[in-house]
Amino acid sequence: MAEQVLAADGRPLKTSLNRALRRQKLRALMLIAPLLLFILLSFVMPIADMLFRSVENQIVGETLPRTVVELKDWDATSGAEPDAAVFEALARDLSIAVEEKSHTRLGSRLNYELTGISSLFRKTGRSVDEVGEAAQDALEALSPAWAERSAFGGLLGTARWTADLDAWDGEGTAPAFEARPEMAAALPETTRLYTSFANMVGAEGDNPLTEKQWPIVSHVFAQEIVTAETPDGLDAFGQAVFSDVKAAMAATTLDDPKAIFIDVDEDWGSTDVWRTIQTYSPAYTDGYFLNSIDRLKGADGSEARPENEQVYVTLFIRTMIMSFTITVSCIVLGYPIAWLLANLPARKANLLMILVLLPFWTSLLVRTSAWKVLLQQQGVINDILVWIGLVADDNRLQLINNQTGTIIAMTHILLPFMILPLYSVMKTIPPTYLRAAKSLGATNWTAFWRVYFPQSIPGIGAGSILAFILSIGYYITPEIVGGTKGVFISNRIAYHISTSLNWGLAAALGAILLAIVMLFYYAYDKIVGIDNVKLGG
Amino acid sequence: MSGLPTYASPGQRVWYYSFRVICGLIFFFLIAPILVIIPLSFNAENFFTFTPEMLALDPAGFSTKHYEDFFSNSDWQLALRNSLKIAPVATIISVSLGTLAAIGLSQSHVPFRRAIMAILISPMIVPLIISATGMYFFYSNPYIPIPFYGKVELPFTLTGTYIGVVLAHAALGIPFVIITVTATLVGFDNSLTRAAANMGAGPVTTFFRIQMPLILPGVVSGGLFAFITSFDEVVVVLFVGSAGQKTLPWQMFTGLREQISPTILAVATILIGISILLLIVLEVLRRRSERLRGMSPS
Repeated sequence: MAEQVLAADGRPLKTSLNRALRRQKLRALMLIAPLLLFILLSFVMPIADMLFRSVENQIVGETLPRTVVELKDWDATSGAEPDAAVFEALARDLSIAVEEKSHTRLGSRLNYELTGISSLFRKTGRSVDEVGEAAQDALEALSPAWAERSAFGGLLGTARWTADLDAWDGEGTAPAFEARPEMAAALPETTRLYTSFANMVGAEGDNPLTEKQWPIVSHVFAQEIVTAETPDGLDAFGQAVFSDVKAAMAATTLDDPKAIFIDVDEDWGSTDVWRTIQTYSPAYTDGYFLNSIDRLKGADGSEARPENEQVYVTLFIRTMIMSFTITVSCIVLGYPIAWLLANLPARKANLLMILVLLPFWTSLLVRTSAWKVLLQQQGVINDILVWIGLVADDNRLQLINNQTGTIIAMTHILLPFMILPLYSVMKTIPPTYLRAAKSLGATNWTAFWRVYFPQSIPGIGAGSILAFILSIGYYITPEIVGGTKGVFISNRIAYHISTSLNWGLAAALGAILLAIVMLFYYAYDKIVGIDNVKLGG
Repeated sequence: MSGLPTYASPGQRVWYYSFRVICGLIFFFLIAPILVIIPLSFNAENFFTFTPEMLALDPAGFSTKHYEDFFSNSDWQLALRNSLKIAPVATIISVSLGTLAAIGLSQSHVPFRRAIMAILISPMIVPLIISATGMYFFYSNPYIPIPFYGKVELPFTLTGTYIGVVLAHAALGIPFVIITVTATLVGFDNSLTRAAANMGAGPVTTFFRIQMPLILPGVVSGGLFAFITSFDEVVVVLFVGSAGQKTLPWQMFTGLREQISPTILAVATILIGISILLLIVLEVLRRRSERLRGMSPS
């Protein structure tokens, strides 16, 4: 048996070394941890949040919980509008939503999918309190006590809650509603609606017992009491009142939400609106992504959008083609410069390098404003062309607010990113190879094409991927010199965030763009290695 | 291409000179747009092109009125102050955290080194519009996700605040610090720290007395990159910031998009001056770093 080598402290050397290695690893991780945490919080999680928003769709289920449940079994292909129960549920959901003012937000959300829903929700929101008027009138005809604003609070709430409310000084939020268990059992939906009412009014600092309550509460109460068992714990008088109301309500014709809604707007009678609500009721949706590729969720699966609404695929393709054009122009312009810099004596090369590094270090906004000024119709370039006589004064070139403008300005901005990696690769190609090729009889062209060029391809690869990645996500320069035809997908994302407020679509477009960039980043990492990214020569 | 040999054929001669002309034109394309801004900013008129007076070098065609406007206009001054308040703080955060992490990353045994590096470099690769979108969403409603539990919402928002913009800019500057500092550390001789430890110096003393002075050029140039990233950044601040955090690039951007005023050219000229200064500092640092590491300055 081989003798075990011991370290100075008497432990076996192997364990001792392992321990040292572990300590070293731990120390390295400790040094990295603060930054990693910082980047995770300030950068990675925001990106994850954006990705989440591209599929998130909880607003429909949260705003219209009852409707979504009722609508589940409705068959959109039947051609008939949903039955009365769905409208009943919608009346309850909308009554709450109108008070929360969330129906307009839901309207704008669904409007992205079906134009007109936003105004439909607004319009309906104004008339939703018509549901329940019949019930309220019938109740008041039965007994004037029902006209009291505290009537439902006294019926449904516990004595402790009413006492708490009476003692409440009106500061802050009112005490939370407490339902009487026997009432909650007998009139569950009425209790739920009243709870929403009492807590919402209370949160605004008002007393639910002195506020006008929602008509929908009377409506649902009238419906429920007809079939409700008389709750336990009522005295003889209470029982008599209960059965009186029960009988009166059974004889009353209540409001029909379906008739009211269709009367407000006949769109409620169409299947399109209902199909849209049904399609977007799940908490997660691929609708934004379908929208990003010019499709929509139709009656049966996804279908193409109408021709005049198809913009994004064209825009993605245009972004790719323009980025490709910019990358190619960068290669064409950058290659000779890099070659010159790599083959000149160091002193001269360093001097010329300044001409590359100065634009690299100059503010992006400065370079963009320079191009905006130069490319204008009354700008310097057109002036010079007119002066030379190449262009007639009344026929100045349109160089800005189109694709030409974007391509010229972006090539200028990204050229240093092409030259620098090309230069660092070319520096490593020994000039003797070219001389050897020539001395073996190659012409200048053959020597370059067969010997030099293949060795410079890694530089072209690195520079191209970098330029392509950077250009595909550009926002500022296209926005300023691109007009309408020369903008990229980024400009559309910015538009959806700040102008149309369709954040889900912006997130989905962003997620697709991110996926494309990540693909190229991965390729860059494989080909060049992220460790080898160099800055400024 | 160290000159043309005397035996060159006419064809080679033609190619040699035309290649130089082509390169000259490309250099002109690179530098002329920037240089042309400088004389235009002294235009006495509110035009964006050379007036006949300027071409005749008539002193009446030149004036510094756009500069006066920059220094007296409260909008521009607020923007300048904001830029100067945001960029240094963002730089300090990126440099301090970035340098520590770069030292950790350049140790010999780092688990998941590649993955960590990819995450740390990603702010430079991810398009700014995507970072801006994500930060806009997240900073307006920050939360901490806890696996299998859900999320804990934080009771504050960062959009429209100074801190939000600084954090966002610090994140964007970090890749530059990581790249420059790790590049400097590649040439760092680890036996120096071991020698220091051998002579009784603690880790902190070793770091500040031995390692820091040697990697300082890399740290400073990383810091300059981070500074210029924040100073020049407009997309993220446009989304995350509010009117109170309006920076110089933001003011320039709105100026360019809405109604372009010649004051922008004056600001641009000042910024060009700053970039030239930065370029000189970086070049000096690069030479110093190479000298310190025992390489001859090229």
